[in-house]
Order: sequence, then structure tokens, then C-alpha cells
Amino acid sequence: MSLFPRRQMTGCSKVRLASVRAFWVLVCCVVLCRCTATAESPTSIFAPAATPAHSIFDLSMLVLSITLAIFLIVAGLLLYALIRYRHRPEDAHHEPAQVYGSNQIELSWTVIPILIVVMLFLTTARVIIGTQAIPKPSNAMNVTVIGHQFWWEYRYPKLGIVTANELHIPVSNVANSMPTYLNMSSADVVHSFWVPRLAGKTDVIPNRVNTMWIDPEQPGLYVGQCAQYCGMQHAKMLIRVYAQSPADFAAWISQQKQPGRQDFAGNPAAAEGHAVFMHNACINCHAISGTVATGRFGPDLTHLASRDTIGSGAIQNTPENLRKWVDDPNSLKPGCLMPAMHLNDHDLDAITAYLTQLR
Amino acid sequence: MSTTQVVEGIDGTLTARHGTPPLNVVYEWLTTVDHKKIGLMYIGYALIFLLIAGVEAMLMRIQLAIPNNHFVSPLVFNQLFTMHGTTMVFFVGMPILFGFGNYLVPLMIGARDMAFPRLNAFSFWVSAFAGFLLYFSYVGASGLYAAGAAPDVGWFAYAPLTAKVFSPGHSTDYWTLAVFLSGIGSIGTALNIVTTILCMRCRGMKMSRMPLLVWLYLVMSSLVFVTVSPLTAAQIMLTLDRYLGSHFFDTQAGGSAVLWMHFFWIFGHPEVYVLVLPAFAFVNEIVPVFSRKAIFGYPAMVAASVGIGFISLSVWAHHMFTVGLGAAANTFFVFATMVISVPTGIKIFNWLATIWGGKVIFATPMMFCVGFLFQFLVAGLTGVMLAAAPFDWQLGNSYFVVAHFHYVLVGAILFALFAAFYYWYPKITGRMMSETLGKWHFWLFIIGFHLTFDFMHVPGLLGMPRRIYTYEANRGWGGWNLIVSIGAVVQAIGLLIFVYNLVQSYFRGKEAGHDPWDAWTLEWSTPSPPPDYNFAVLPTVNSRRPLWDLKHPEDPDSDYE
Repeated sequence: MSLFPRRQMTGCSKVRLASVRAFWVLVCCVVLCRCTATAESPTSIFAPAATPAHSIFDLSMLVLSITLAIFLIVAGLLLYALIRYRHRPEDAHHEPAQVYGSNQIELSWTVIPILIVVMLFLTTARVIIGTQAIPKPSNAMNVTVIGHQFWWEYRYPKLGIVTANELHIPVSNVANSMPTYLNMSSADVVHSFWVPRLAGKTDVIPNRVNTMWIDPEQPGLYVGQCAQYCGMQHAKMLIRVYAQSPADFAAWISQQKQPGRQDFAGNPAAAEGHAVFMHNACINCHAISGTVATGRFGPDLTHLASRDTIGSGAIQNTPENLRKWVDDPNSLKPGCLMPAMHLNDHDLDAITAYLTQLR
Repeated sequence: MSTTQVVEGIDGTLTARHGTPPLNVVYEWLTTVDHKKIGLMYIGYALIFLLIAGVEAMLMRIQLAIPNNHFVSPLVFNQLFTMHGTTMVFFVGMPILFGFGNYLVPLMIGARDMAFPRLNAFSFWVSAFAGFLLYFSYVGASGLYAAGAAPDVGWFAYAPLTAKVFSPGHSTDYWTLAVFLSGIGSIGTALNIVTTILCMRCRGMKMSRMPLLVWLYLVMSSLVFVTVSPLTAAQIMLTLDRYLGSHFFDTQAGGSAVLWMHFFWIFGHPEVYVLVLPAFAFVNEIVPVFSRKAIFGYPAMVAASVGIGFISLSVWAHHMFTVGLGAAANTFFVFATMVISVPTGIKIFNWLATIWGGKVIFATPMMFCVGFLFQFLVAGLTGVMLAAAPFDWQLGNSYFVVAHFHYVLVGAILFALFAAFYYWYPKITGRMMSETLGKWHFWLFIIGFHLTFDFMHVPGLLGMPRRIYTYEANRGWGGWNLIVSIGAVVQAIGLLIFVYNLVQSYFRGKEAGHDPWDAWTLEWSTPSPPPDYNFAVLPTVNSRRPLWDLKHPEDPDSDYE
């Protein structure tokens, strides 16, 4: 004999369950609208600023609308069924009609989803091809991106520039089209280059070259970070992309092409720091163009003082932070691969004075 | 000191059972080959690891609740997400689902035990050892920074981060060996389940009369054979790289990082279907009973389940959309991934149609199934979003993906498991679980679940990648992360109430009898708990719902099949 649980859910409780659910859906919608509408976050995928991000945004709106519609219909039907067909005490003694299936209904809810899938697939394929399979324009700017644990190296092969931490690129618009093509590989483990407002992410893999392109329309700073777990300091492998007007970009190039400053007239501390640097192990990992420092394991420091941050975006580039970093990098970014240099205070002051001159 | 119980058989005869001293009980459990005891050991083992991995999750959520937090160090956080993921997949998900399968499959097909009882025991003990091996790393491994370090390479352990040069010491090897051994246990149990289902069904139970749970375990176990093998091969290749100087994944010497990804995801994607198919199995049994209607569209459900199993083998590179495989490959995997939503959708519609026209009883098992239905719908739809590769280029490896897969693993699979616990506990122990505590568990858990995993989608949409131990304050992620962390606390309370309910019901629950839910499959014809031999007389069945036929001789299913 059947044994129904003593306290069944009444119709009132079922409506309560349903309204709790509806409440949550509403809250989520409001919250989502709020955050997408204002887009306060500098990394929101709903605030596209370059063509790849725009085409993804357009596709995402289509996908979101379709899935939202499906959700409302199916969840609505489910909610209705749970309320309408709830067990009522008066019909405790007979079972409902046992319906085993219906060929027409089952066929329709097979065919309709197939049609939706085909449509979504074709739209998606078009965006894939439009991003990944178009020919590279002849006026594209080429930058080589090399991922390291835990910093980004940027090389401009045609311009002879090697830098780190900050990627400067020209803006690109209809009048003056100049997309930047990034040829990316890794020096160690798998990383991923993700600046959400400019494009989707592309993995940066050792022993393999991946390509992506970006064409920011407006000048400004676009931020992102490494998006593939790469070790201890994956979280602080930040990305800073500076999109600049053609004039500003040209000025930046000519500055970066200069060799490292050697003339420190009137700044004896910096001059001494230069000597200390060149006589220490610094030169094994770091390069400063025009000097004996030619190490490539760590970031190029030729124009260190022109950067806003150090440690790949981890901390602000101020003299105090720089001194702390050189003294013991792991105190600021535990797990980074630069060892503590064990310099005495005097040498630390000198080196800091030197490095802050490397504009 | 011994005790004597009196047990009633299905035919009404009474038998005396003599109790045994405690040490004998321990010996009996350690050496048992009975599928029911092995199933319960799997389940108990998984519950312990669920609590441990849950603590790991809580620690991560505390660290991430505010930006630039210093609750745990980067190393510890990286170990936490590695251990949490590895534990939940291999030492909670697989054992608990194999445990239920072990317990239920022979009972539901009218058999006395599995086809290979000793292989069954061996598989359990190998899997159990593997879990202890993984956790021994906290004590025994020598990782990058300290003696005694758990692995910190992530649960998918991408190469070449796992190479000796980037992960010195032995922490990675504990991961490799533990997962390898767990795979051996999984293959053994899968072999058992497939053979049992194919060869040991009772008389009259053609394949087309098997309960859907049995079909789903057949598909899941077959999938395990195909999917665990590549992972096992990859673990061996990784160990050869680390110790014998081979270069499969060693990019410094010309090896391929992408090769590891292919091997891992050819395992990893079907693996999530291995985890979700048993959840479908539970819902397939519970929803009809609490809707008082047969499942709608049994043949379509079988076809959809088998279809999902096959198609799941062809979608793996949707985890690699950002790897740069090229437009052609990406397009193929978009198609395959979207196609799998068709049979999945059919299942949801069939469940809806089962409820439609029924008489729904909202006992605790059904409430968890209702949660499953809404949440699995959402999880499937966010999966469709991720299937659109360009959208995945933004959302992949972000908290949107973390939210999506937790929606499946917790919102669908764990909810279905809770439903299964409440539904079959009376059969396993002979006592009902408390409905009051069940309702408290349900409401606390579902509120906490939605607080955490609904809002977790937002940081993903705002650019937050996964596996980061902290984040900048100016990204706009802080508020959302705080809500997510609060939800975790609420879920933890719900979970503790559940564990308390499991324990207290064993001693103080109401007596259940054979068939407290008025259900229709063979396990409800045995006493609760079933005797060692399961059935006094092996049954003969004439339809998909043998007990419905017995209870409704005027309107048996056999007239309609």
C-alpha cells in the first residue's frame, strides 16, 4: 500500500517555491542589466573597443537572446506543470492516466531544436571565419608576443624594438586602418593573452606560434591578464595595452629606439648605479640596449622608467617600489623568478637612482 | 556478545539472523565481495572526500571574497584548486556514482550480485588507495617550496607546467599516480557493470524492459572504457617524460603541449558525461514515481542516452577553442558540441512531459529533482553559449566556465544525488530520512547554490580568469565575489544538516518497510535492507514496471508494450 509523506507540500507552498524561483530570475536579470549597461569594469566583454570584440559581442547578443527565450519557454512550462499537476488530497486513491509517449510531439521537439542548432551553428561559423581565416592586410603592424613566467615580452621586429610589460599599438579606424597582428609564443609554459575589450583570448604555447589581431578605435589603456594557469604568479601576469594616436605612437617608437641612457651628468648616484648594475648578476637576465647587459631571461630594462608599472602590472613603478623590488622581488610578488639580489643599502640606492633614469 | 534479529522474507517467512562481534564486522566489511556493501563503502568514502574538498572550496572562497586578500599564500591557493578539482572528480564523483550503481544495478535487474564480485572489491580498494595516495602528498611530497607539498598544477595539469623543470619534486607525481590508479579502479567497476547488465538480467527482462537507470549505467560504463584509457596513457607518458627522459610533452626538446591537451580532453569531456549520466538515471527513476506516471517516451530516452554517449566522444576540443587549432577544426567542434544539445533537450522535454498530467508529490526526493530540472536547463543553456567558439574566446578559462560546470556538477549532479539519497535510503537502511530536516537541507542548499553560482557568472562576463589567487580591486569583481563566497557558507550549512540527517535517521528514522514510495522497479520488492542474496526467488518480469503490473492487475504495462 502506498505511504504518502505526512506533510505534503500544499498548493500554497508550491506557489511559494515558484515565486522564489521567479524572484531569483528577476534579480539576476536586473543585476545583469545593471552591470552590462554601466560596464564599469575595465575588462567587461560587453564593452567592446575593437573589431574582434565587437563581432563576438554581436554573436553573444544573438546567442543570449536565443538561450534566454528557450529558458523562459521551458522553465515556464515546467513551472506551470508543477503547479497545475500537483497532487491534491482529494485524488489520493487513483493514479493519473499513464501516457507512455507521443510520436508527433517527440518528433516536433527533436526537429525544432535541430533547426535552432543549425541556425546558431551557421552564424557562429561565420564569425569564426571572419576572425581567424581572413588574409592579413599588408599595412598591419606586427608585434611578437612572448609569454614568460610571469611577464610579457613584446618585440617589434620591423622597428628593432624590444620591450616588456606594456604593449603600445596605434589606433585603427575606418579612415586610417592599421590593425596590429600579434604573433605569439611562449618561452616556458602555456599562457593566454586576454584583453577582453579588444578581442577574445588566444593561448600562448611553447613550441607553437599563434596569431591574433586587434584594432582599437579609441586611444586609451586596455587591461587584461594571463588566462591560462601558468604557475605560482599566474594571477599577477597582467596585461596593459596602450592604444595611441599615430602621432603619440610615432613618438613612443622613436623614444624606444634610443639605446639605454649612459649620460648622467649632474646625477652621480645614477652614474654609480650604472656601474653597479653592469658589475652584478643583473646583466645575466636583463638587457639594456647599448650596454654589456644582454640577458634575455628577464624583461628588457632599456626604457624601464617610461613604464607605469613593474612586475608585469603587479605594482606601481615608483622609486620606493623599484628599490623594494630589486632588494627582494618575492616580497612583492611571491613566486616570481627573479631572486633577491642581496645588495647593500648603498648599492640599492645607486641602482634605483640609475633605473629611474632609464626613460 | 551477539544479538539476534528476525527478518521477514518476501514470501512472509521469518528467519533468525545472528549478530556478530564488532571485530568480525570490520573483517566482514574489509573482505566483502557483496555489491551492496561495496556500494556503501564507495558512497561513504566519497562523502568523506566531499567534506574535505568542500573545506578546500571554503578556504578558496574566503581568499577570493575581497580583492588583494592574504588569507592563504599563492602556493596554498594553487594547491587548493588542484586538490579540490582532482578530489571532487576522481574521489567524490566517480566513487559515489559507482557506489550507487553497484548497489542498485543488480537489484534492479533481478540479479543476486555483480558478474565479478572479487573484481568489484579490488576496484574499490584500488580507488580508495588512490585517494589516500593523493592526500599523502600533503605529508610526503617535496614540491617547489617545501617538503610536503600537494600538487599545484591544476586538475588538468597542462604540460609543460608538469615537466620536471617547471614542477620539481614529487608533488606532480602524486597527482599522476593517484589519478592513474583511480582510473584502474574505474575500468574494473565499469567492466563489472557492463557484464552484469548484459549477462545477468532476470527472466523476461529484455534490454527494452530494463529500467532507465540500468540503461544509463550501461552507457556510462561503456563510456568509461573509452574515456579513461587515453588519460591512463597520458599519465604514463608524463611519467616517462619526468623520469626517463622522453619528450612527449617536453616543449623544450620539441615535444607538444597541445598533445597533452588532446589526450586530457578526450578523457575530460566524456568524463563529465560519465558523471552526469547517472544523475539522469536517478531522475529517470524518481520523477515518474513522484509524478505517479510512467516515464514519457522510454525509447526516445534510451536513444537520447546512447546518442549522448557517442556524441560526447567527438566534442573534446571545445575545451581548446583558444589553442589556435584553426577555423576548420574550431567549426567542426562547434557543430558537434551544439548537436549534443539536441538529445539533451529531448531528455528535459520528456521529463517535463512525464510531470505533465501527473499528480506531483513534493517529497524531498522530488524537490531535489525539481531543482535538478531547472538547474540542468540553465547549465545546458550556458553550455550552448560556450559552444559558440567566438563567445568562448571571451568566456573560456574565465569564471563563466567555472560557474557553468559547477551548475552541472552541483546544480544537476549533486542535486540528483541528494534526491537519490533521500529516495533509496529507506531501501538501504530500512528507515526513512527526516522530511523536516530534508526540507531544511533543500532550502538552505538551493539558496546558497544560487547565491554562489548564479552570481559567479558575472565576474566571468567582466573578464575574471580562473585559477587566480587574488585580483585587482579596480576590475569591478569584488562585490560579486563576496556574494559568491557568502553563498558557499549557506551551502555548507545545508550540507551539514544533510550529513546529520543521514546519521540520525539511521538510529531514529521511521521504519520504512519494503516500498515506502509506492514505486515500480524490482528493488522495491525486497525487504529493507535487502538480504545478502537479494531475492529469495529470482523474479520473472513482463514489462518495464513489474511492480506496477502486480499492483494494477487490471491495467498492467505489459498490455501496452
